[in-house]
Amino acid sequence: MPEADLKILAYLELPQQAVSKRKDRLASWSDICDMHSFFRTAGVGSSPLTRLSANPFATDEVLRFDDVSLSYGRHAEALRRISFHLKPGSFHFITGASGAGKSSLMKLIYMAVKPTTGRIELFGHDVSKVSARDLPFLRRRVGVVFQDFRLLDHLSAFDNAAVPLRISGRKPDSYRSDVAELLTWVGLHDRMNAMPPTLAGGEKQRLAIARAVVGRPEILLADEPTGNLDADMSERILKLFTQLNRLGTTVLIATHDLAMVARSGMPVLHLEAGRLIRRGSGVER
Amino acid sequence: MSDPLARRWRPATFLPESDNRDGSLTFVVSTLCFLACLMALTVLATNRAVNTWSDQLTSQATIIVRPRANETPDLAAARAAEALAGVPGVTEAHALERAKVEALVEPWLGDISDLKDLPIPRLVAVDLDNARPAAPSTLAAALKVRGIDGIVDDHSIWTRDIAKSASIIRWVCGGVFLMITASAGAIIAFATRAGLLARREVVEVLHLTGAENLFIARLFQIRFAQLSAIAGALGAVGAAGVGAILRLTAGGGELTHAIPILWSDLLAVAPCPLVAALVAAIAARVTAERMISEIT
Repeated sequence: MPEADLKILAYLELPQQAVSKRKDRLASWSDICDMHSFFRTAGVGSSPLTRLSANPFATDEVLRFDDVSLSYGRHAEALRRISFHLKPGSFHFITGASGAGKSSLMKLIYMAVKPTTGRIELFGHDVSKVSARDLPFLRRRVGVVFQDFRLLDHLSAFDNAAVPLRISGRKPDSYRSDVAELLTWVGLHDRMNAMPPTLAGGEKQRLAIARAVVGRPEILLADEPTGNLDADMSERILKLFTQLNRLGTTVLIATHDLAMVARSGMPVLHLEAGRLIRRGSGVER
Repeated sequence: MSDPLARRWRPATFLPESDNRDGSLTFVVSTLCFLACLMALTVLATNRAVNTWSDQLTSQATIIVRPRANETPDLAAARAAEALAGVPGVTEAHALERAKVEALVEPWLGDISDLKDLPIPRLVAVDLDNARPAAPSTLAAALKVRGIDGIVDDHSIWTRDIAKSASIIRWVCGGVFLMITASAGAIIAFATRAGLLARREVVEVLHLTGAENLFIARLFQIRFAQLSAIAGALGAVGAAGVGAILRLTAGGGELTHAIPILWSDLLAVAPCPLVAALVAAIAARVTAERMISEIT
């Protein structure tokens, strides 16, 4: 077993059983290279999507908020005049108390809601000007770990993880091994056939993460990904995100777990009552 | 790929394979398909009955012979029959005896056999060649040449009435058929809406994961088309069963004269599953696309 393999596996701190299994599976360097290339190579998030390829004039930022506000109906503003932008390959936390607007900010990024005012650019595209026909192609470049996981209960863990690849129209033969490898990587190798209701909280969390990253998105959003997890599992999940970030994915995590944020040392976007009031390094206003 | 589990894996359907509404929806759609198929069989049988009646009427003509002062009614009728028998387009012409004529007018006049002096007109029944029937004017001309006073009745007034009645029946059956089809479409659209709302989470996840609206709509389209094809097949088999029972039990009796169903008519229900699937697919697709736009 090459040292690099062991380092990655140890870094991820996957369950020992998974590590053992992984040791058996990884017979050579090519295997681990494949694991790296799995996240490095352009996947469904880019290469097949020639219609919405990244804007060559805006490659220095994956996301830009310009004076964005959001109101739900006649209620008070959930977000007020938010402005920032993120560079490719950056890692940020969004922090704030409950109701501060973290989830609303996430929803804006994965285009579940539209801003009331202001402008959002994703991969150089003004999301309000992207046609309904092209919007799905933009969404495929964004991986989302929902706060409530949103796993499909009638599908097995394997099927759940494969959803983005099936949606992108790929043939099962072309991704079967990718999905299996990814599920093994997140420690669910022996739970591939399990249905979500039978999974433990941490397993659901890792499955949701697997689904979010399987399409090799350019940006990964996670809304309170450690909200229901114990400290050990939270740490493990955070390390998983860090590893994905090191492999080139831009990561944005909404959390109220300030201890975890402090331990990570990553830059922060802090929200209070819908306003972006503080930012750490790597964030530009 | 080394993982045997992954090798065995086959993609599952995005929508749950069964729904607790499926049973009742299948029942309702199959009932509608059953009624639609019965309508189709009724139209076929009515058409056949009308065609038979029309053929019978148009292949015959009746001549009312008025005897001249110096001849008996029987003689005048016999002369008329003889004159008409040689006309091209006439296969046979024969004078009806007084007893037969009395029987024909009995429903209106009662028994008149004892009223020998009553001037009953003599009738000549003329059978026409179906391929090239003689025109009424030709028959009238043949009578005139032989100096016979007679009125030619080609039954056209009855044929027109029958054709009109048949047309009304066809339109009514066609209208009912369309109403049933529209009802099936509306019910499937309603079921699609309910299904979409019940599976809102699936729709949202697929949508946010990058599925196109068309992709999601197609899931519901295929689902309801399959279900309706099964329901259509059940309805068609039921209607064909009723048709077969009618055919078997009625045999050559009066019922088959009124509703003349042939075995080949039963094939008319064969397209029902396909039509049901098509109606369902269109209804589900339109409804799903609209709903998905609203939901997302």
